[in-house]
Amino acid sequence: MSTSARYTREIPQRYRLEAAKCKGCSKLFFPPRLICDECGGKEFEPHRLSDKGKVVSYSVVRIGPSQFVEQVPYIVSVVELEDGVRLTCQVADAKPEELEIGAPVTIEFRKIGEEGDAGIIHYGYKAVLDRFK
Amino acid sequence: MVGIVGYGVYIPRFRIKLEEIAKIWGADALAYKAGLLMEQKSVPGPDQDTVTISVEAARNALKRAKIDPTEIGALYVGSESHPYAVKPSGTIVAEAMGATPYCHTADFEFACKAGTEGMFVALNLVQAGAVKYAVGIGTDTSQGAPGDALEYSASAGGAAFIMGSENLVAECEFTDAYMTDTADFWRKEHQYYPQHAGRYTGEPAYFKHILGAGRAIMERAKAKASDFKYAVFHQPNGKFPMKVGKMLGFNKEQIEPGWLVPRLGNTYSGSSPMGLTAILDVAEPGERIFMVSYGSGAGSDAFIWKVTERIKEVQNLAPKTRDYLDKNQIYLDYGTYAKFRRKIIMSESPQIL
Ligand SMILES: [Zn+2]
Repeated sequence: MSTSARYTREIPQRYRLEAAKCKGCSKLFFPPRLICDECGGKEFEPHRLSDKGKVVSYSVVRIGPSQFVEQVPYIVSVVELEDGVRLTCQVADAKPEELEIGAPVTIEFRKIGEEGDAGIIHYGYKAVLDRFK
Repeated sequence: MVGIVGYGVYIPRFRIKLEEIAKIWGADALAYKAGLLMEQKSVPGPDQDTVTISVEAARNALKRAKIDPTEIGALYVGSESHPYAVKPSGTIVAEAMGATPYCHTADFEFACKAGTEGMFVALNLVQAGAVKYAVGIGTDTSQGAPGDALEYSASAGGAAFIMGSENLVAECEFTDAYMTDTADFWRKEHQYYPQHAGRYTGEPAYFKHILGAGRAIMERAKAKASDFKYAVFHQPNGKFPMKVGKMLGFNKEQIEPGWLVPRLGNTYSGSSPMGLTAILDVAEPGERIFMVSYGSGAGSDAFIWKVTERIKEVQNLAPKTRDYLDKNQIYLDYGTYAKFRRKIIMSESPQIL
């Protein structure tokens, strides 16, 4: 499958943070899965996750792959959203010294990468630190 | 009556001061600051573009509108910096808002007027009864050629407005438009930076069209400047909107609440729409707002808004424009700015691995 086709299939998660909510026990899965590991249920409904959360852990990448050459040093973090769901994403616009465990973050819509100068742009989610404190 | 059900704004966190740009080109920073009445401009991060800024502004508008996004029947993004030459920005924004698939979408272009075009069409589709809600967005991440006068002002930001016919925060009382074929600013296909006609961009372009649209809508509304609490105009620099406002009879106190350019820069399609969001953030029920955009090429759209009681319920539901503008900025040096804006020629373009 081409990256464009896979990208399109993942749009609900990448663009709207759509998790799968088990109709049997309400457990949330992000990314979605086919069978609930809690109750064995196979029926899910889409559930839009909160755009607020906190930093659970993070690391600073100082020498990254070539696609991130404009962004080093950048921060990759595990974020726990208010719904309890954890996801791994970049913390954008932040200096490493601003980061701390437990820091409140908001999820924003950002460019994640590009398939070269002529290819499609990949959009998705990143976390940012609270700007308005 | 139709009007705004929800509004939202987004401004990137990065800034560059005019002194930092002038230093590189051996230019007189004080002369630029005094000439433009500006001190700094916003800069998008390397992972931000017209689409990402539009999505954030639209999500803020949704927080204030409190509507089901699947009821949005039309969405228009106006910009002169759409990331794709062919492939609409609007489909990405509509998908991120949750408005797809039953939604009419198009991208608008008309230099700095593209944002108010989207607002104008969105309002009129609701007025015609074709859709329940329609979204108009104005966003840009424009660039001036390095060392050109435009490099000191071209900045990044956007505003989104969800139009509807009930639960309004501001009614649209009147609209008007004024347009002529005028070559004051242009960019041809495959050219990276725009060209402009220097001083020509003032009198026969900006002033003529804003005065044309402004006087026409005043006449239509049988109104005078003192009937309005606020006035907002396109803001290519600090001086022009103040000057054109005075020519229409407005004073500084009416213009200042929506006058963002000294600390924001010229956000092109986002300019007067973002000024309107800053006014709505502080407006009281019953107050009237006078608004005229301008886009080179050239034309102006004019609007008269009347703020409703519901404004007080929504002002705090999303971040305010002045908070995005003034809180917690990160200042860049010219080198980092040049890297973020891809003004540096690299051995290979950033790729997905
Ligand atoms: Zn289950």
